[in-house]
Amino acid sequence: MAAKTIISRPIYGTLSPQPGKHHLFIADAEGALAIIDMAGKAPPGFFEGAEIVFIPGPEGKHIAALEALKPAQLHIAPSFASLLPRLRQTLTNAHMGLRLYLAGTEGLIGQAMQVALEAGMDHTSMQTEHRGSLARRMQCVHCKGITENVTTQPALCAHCGLLLLVRDHYSRRLAAFQGVCINAEDRTENPPMEEAFP
Amino acid sequence: MSTGTTKLDVVVSDVVPINDLVTRFHFRRRDGELLPTFSGGAHVVVEMRDGDRTRLNPYSLMGSPLDTREYTISVRRDDVGRGGSLFMHRQVKPGLEMVISYPVNLFSLDLRAKKHLMLAGGIGITPFMAQTSQLAGAGGNFELHYTCRTASLGTYADVLQQRYGNRVRLYHDDREERIDLDRLLSSQPLGTHLYVCGPAGMINWVRDRAASLGWPSETVHFEHFAAPQPGAPFDVTLALSDKTIRVGEQQSLLEAMEAAGVDPPYLCRGGVCGQCETNVISSDGKFIHNDHWLSEEDHRSGCKIMPCVSRFEGKSLVLER
Repeated sequence: MAAKTIISRPIYGTLSPQPGKHHLFIADAEGALAIIDMAGKAPPGFFEGAEIVFIPGPEGKHIAALEALKPAQLHIAPSFASLLPRLRQTLTNAHMGLRLYLAGTEGLIGQAMQVALEAGMDHTSMQTEHRGSLARRMQCVHCKGITENVTTQPALCAHCGLLLLVRDHYSRRLAAFQGVCINAEDRTENPPMEEAFP
Repeated sequence: MSTGTTKLDVVVSDVVPINDLVTRFHFRRRDGELLPTFSGGAHVVVEMRDGDRTRLNPYSLMGSPLDTREYTISVRRDDVGRGGSLFMHRQVKPGLEMVISYPVNLFSLDLRAKKHLMLAGGIGITPFMAQTSQLAGAGGNFELHYTCRTASLGTYADVLQQRYGNRVRLYHDDREERIDLDRLLSSQPLGTHLYVCGPAGMINWVRDRAASLGWPSETVHFEHFAAPQPGAPFDVTLALSDKTIRVGEQQSLLEAMEAAGVDPPYLCRGGVCGQCETNVISSDGKFIHNDHWLSEEDHRSGCKIMPCVSRFEGKSLVLER
């Protein structure tokens, strides 16, 4: 669980069943375990009104365990980009009473939240639980390019090649942490790159 | 001290009876300047100088926020209340100089909403008059459901229907018309915010159903100014001021403190804003909490009181004031 450093740095909780008419879960990789843990606390019949959208990732685990919850729908997606049109469509047609549960990596939680915010949901009304990798989605504040799965500090911008300090400063609008050039004064200075977000 | 309530010197520019119970009052600045900008849902606290007694009551501004040449409020006559509304109805005439507070908004629209669903009961219609004007001017998406006792007591129902057509739906108690609340709440698009203003029973009912049907609390907005209830007189010790005061039958605890020269902060004087929240140092007796600010836990603990609307019955009460 991430420590609170500055006010924009997201804090995640533990999924818990909310009152509502429909329940939409979006999870990647070990995020499935957060759903399975929550299922133990859910009232009988809870998953009959639930849809789970799951990105298993390269290891492909946890699908059978999610199937065992018998949700109304279980949709397996290869990547976030591939589930985006479906998610947008679901939220566009949804009514008040839909509750959203996001579990897994910060990149997944942030990007799903970004879509839900556009649909008019309040970020405080979504249930979130961080599981798995600490890898960050980072925006280079200089070229505005987004680099996915950043695990080092500092990190290279995949777009303009600047060496960036990965800040805790987070943008919900962009669903990304801000990366700022770490050696702007003297580009020959190259602080060692350490594995900071495994 | 009235936090944030800088005063405005105004003159009553018009008094318009609307129906058997409701009268509208118009205020302009005495110096002829424009009044401060406000947003839909804002209220002002009106000072009523009635002989040696001053009452301070909050009323929602109901005019369009796009027009600040005048402020308008609508006051429902309450024949068994503490007399504020009767004072307004009987003694306030055009030309009277009065003092009102700057507007304060504790019931504002969340403009991130995709749609605004408004539920009004009775005189609870007034903040929606301003909010609908604000939204209509900006092309906002809203729907207003208005419950009134009878058509003749449906204050401004005709104006609203004329302005907004089928975006306004009326329900008359005497015709047994009822809001199908569960169906209404379940058929709203994602991103809708809910606003409710009316009697306490209606607000509780709507909040309760909305929570059960999965509306996050951030999307449910409500306002109910509790009028201070009269009650048995009681004595209070104000520890910081080193004073013991008596709260009269028709007086609120806040008014009694002010009369004794103690000035707690306030904004709404209706148990909503939280400004006058006061710590209890010790007590022997029963609290009569009438506010919407403190949590149920706070109410049970007996450690806090909202002096604007709540009272006490018992042997002794010592407050941190």
